[in-house]
Amino acid sequence: MLVIEDLHAAVGDKTILRGVNLTVPAGEVHAVMGPNGSGKSTLAHVLAGRDPYQVTSGRVFYRGADLLALNPEERAAAGVFLAFQHPVEIPGVTNMYFLRAALNALHRARGFEEVGPSEFLTLVQEKMRAVGMDRALMSRSVNEGFSGGEKKRNEILQMAVLEPTLAILDETDSGLDIDALRVVADGVNALRRADRAALVITHHQRLLDCLVPDRVHVLVGGRVVRSGGPGLAAEVEAAGYADFSSETGEISEPVGATK
Amino acid sequence: MSSASAQLEQLARREYAYGFSTDLDTDLAPKGLSEDVIRLISAKKGEPDWLVDWRLRAYRAWRTMSEPAWQNLRFEPIDYDDIIYYAAPKPKAARSSLDEVDPEIRAMFDKLGISLAEQERLSGVAIDAVVDSVSVATTFKEKLAEAGVIFCSFSEAVRRHPELVRAYLGSVVPYRDNFFAALNSAVFTDGSFCFVPKGVRCPMELSTYFRINAAGTGQFERTLIVAEEGASVSYLEGCTAPMRDENQLHAAVVELVAMDEAQIKYSTVQNWYPGDADGRGGIYNFVTKRGRCAGARSKISWTQVETGSAITWKYPGVVLQGDGSVGEFYSVALSANHQQADTGTKMIHIGKDTKSTIVSKAISAGHGQNTYRGLVKILRSAEGTRNHTRCDSLLIGPDCGAHTFPYIEVKHPSARVEHEASTSKVSEDQLFYARQRGIAEEEATSMIVNGFCREVFKELPMEFAVEAQRLLSVSLEGAVG
Repeated sequence: MLVIEDLHAAVGDKTILRGVNLTVPAGEVHAVMGPNGSGKSTLAHVLAGRDPYQVTSGRVFYRGADLLALNPEERAAAGVFLAFQHPVEIPGVTNMYFLRAALNALHRARGFEEVGPSEFLTLVQEKMRAVGMDRALMSRSVNEGFSGGEKKRNEILQMAVLEPTLAILDETDSGLDIDALRVVADGVNALRRADRAALVITHHQRLLDCLVPDRVHVLVGGRVVRSGGPGLAAEVEAAGYADFSSETGEISEPVGATK
Repeated sequence: MSSASAQLEQLARREYAYGFSTDLDTDLAPKGLSEDVIRLISAKKGEPDWLVDWRLRAYRAWRTMSEPAWQNLRFEPIDYDDIIYYAAPKPKAARSSLDEVDPEIRAMFDKLGISLAEQERLSGVAIDAVVDSVSVATTFKEKLAEAGVIFCSFSEAVRRHPELVRAYLGSVVPYRDNFFAALNSAVFTDGSFCFVPKGVRCPMELSTYFRINAAGTGQFERTLIVAEEGASVSYLEGCTAPMRDENQLHAAVVELVAMDEAQIKYSTVQNWYPGDADGRGGIYNFVTKRGRCAGARSKISWTQVETGSAITWKYPGVVLQGDGSVGEFYSVALSANHQQADTGTKMIHIGKDTKSTIVSKAISAGHGQNTYRGLVKILRSAEGTRNHTRCDSLLIGPDCGAHTFPYIEVKHPSARVEHEASTSKVSEDQLFYARQRGIAEEEATSMIVNGFCREVFKELPMEFAVEAQRLLSVSLEGAVG
């Protein structure tokens, strides 16, 4: 599904990813853990095609094709979805309108029929129940005045409606209580299918208790320093990331939060 | 610079769909302005002496005045001797009904998407069609007459209802008001007249479509709307012009009068030719619009969507004379390419317990410059008044500008005046968020801009709201891609 080979990326002249190697086979959910500043969010944004991040070397294959050659909306049309760490507010555009515009844009790009308003309403209501989203939020402007938890729930709702082939969750769990964590985990679990995959980026193990990943990767200093089964998450939680710093080899200075 | 903002910068490229001109046999006055030209215009229209005198007084006043210089606009000096002040499509024969509208004119309006054939049009909207200096057709006149509503061209009103015209002409915007109002008063040629008698709710939306067609001409129309006690009317105007390399002057005057408990809602979608991507050509739009809430608890509401013109200079205002009267101003102004807009409103509070609301949304793109200029004036007599002003600017790309000049004069201690302002950019974050969900950059930009304008669009009548959204998308077309 997703193959990342020796990926290097920078913002301006600051190198953040220093040779990431990672493979997520179809049907699996992988977690990426790491300390602040390790490059987790950068990885998510590079995969989605965010602008200021420049890929300086390396390759990314998504379903066998070169993902980096596509612009963000083409990646979305190909089934890549990013749940944002900080969902963006769009004043004056209702949540309902935005989501239908997104779904229909994807349908058009894939050569499907557009979804009419009433058909869409039925679909959204079903998904809203699943994620426990307040109806009133649909007629409000996109994320405007939403609480932190409502914003994250909205991301999961969008994911549920758009049904991505590859879902990338960028610290969607940060700042959430246990009920909201459950919603995120259920959202990912509901999408599990043999032909889909998810990459869940997180700082803490908490989410991974509700959402058991097939593999866990530890990202430190812009590289994957360890990969393992679900048990690795607990190990990280117990020992912290300090132990992994020694494994980063040639990186001479500590990165991010350890600075 | 990121690619998104580089693409946004190309916002300058936009298509103008109404840029064609129609080959009409046109009756033109000689270039330039003099008392003779004014007498000629007046004679062509068969006007009474009092009106000729009024025009001449306006002309003499105009000659003593100079162009205003306070606005935040830069433009080539206007040569007032190089303008043709009267241009009228020559009628093939005297027409007695709409069926006899010149087929070429009918075809021109069809091309503009406005059918003058009544049965084909959106029901519930009566249209007065003005080409260059004259009204060429007014629809639904009989149906309106049944309700007692007079809706006709200004020229016809002068002929058939001279007492009404004489009573109200210049009563809100006197000819000495400003340079462009004086010019208009001297040479105005046509426009719409609407009179809604006591207690009548106008049974349909009224609208005027203004079209500049002839080259080298100016358009100077005049609109007068009077709503008597308890009457109400909703009026819409739309405007387009051909694409030409030279600038054409449009200097209109609109006067509204609302008696006790009357309501007038006036909506404009202004899409005059804005000039090309390099700033060549386009309409110079210098317009004076004002309403007078003469009666108690009357209400006048202006809604404008200004997407066209190279230069826009207009401040639709309300004089709140009657106690408890209400004035509203809702505006969306877009300046793309090299367009410049200096626009806003004047709310003059005279009566007690008067209330005004101002919502201005300015969008600047390309090299566009957008200025909000608003006056809220509360006189000594205006006890217990309130004003709320909200003024938002949206910038798209690095080369445009937004400016705000609020003027507030308060002479009564009980007044409550609030002013809120914000300036924001269409952010990379918003665009990326929408694109990540699959929405292409152009559609995303248009969605964000439309969202920004929503507060104003919801004030527009339905058909116009759709038209305005479409227009904004077209105007932003080429932003990306």
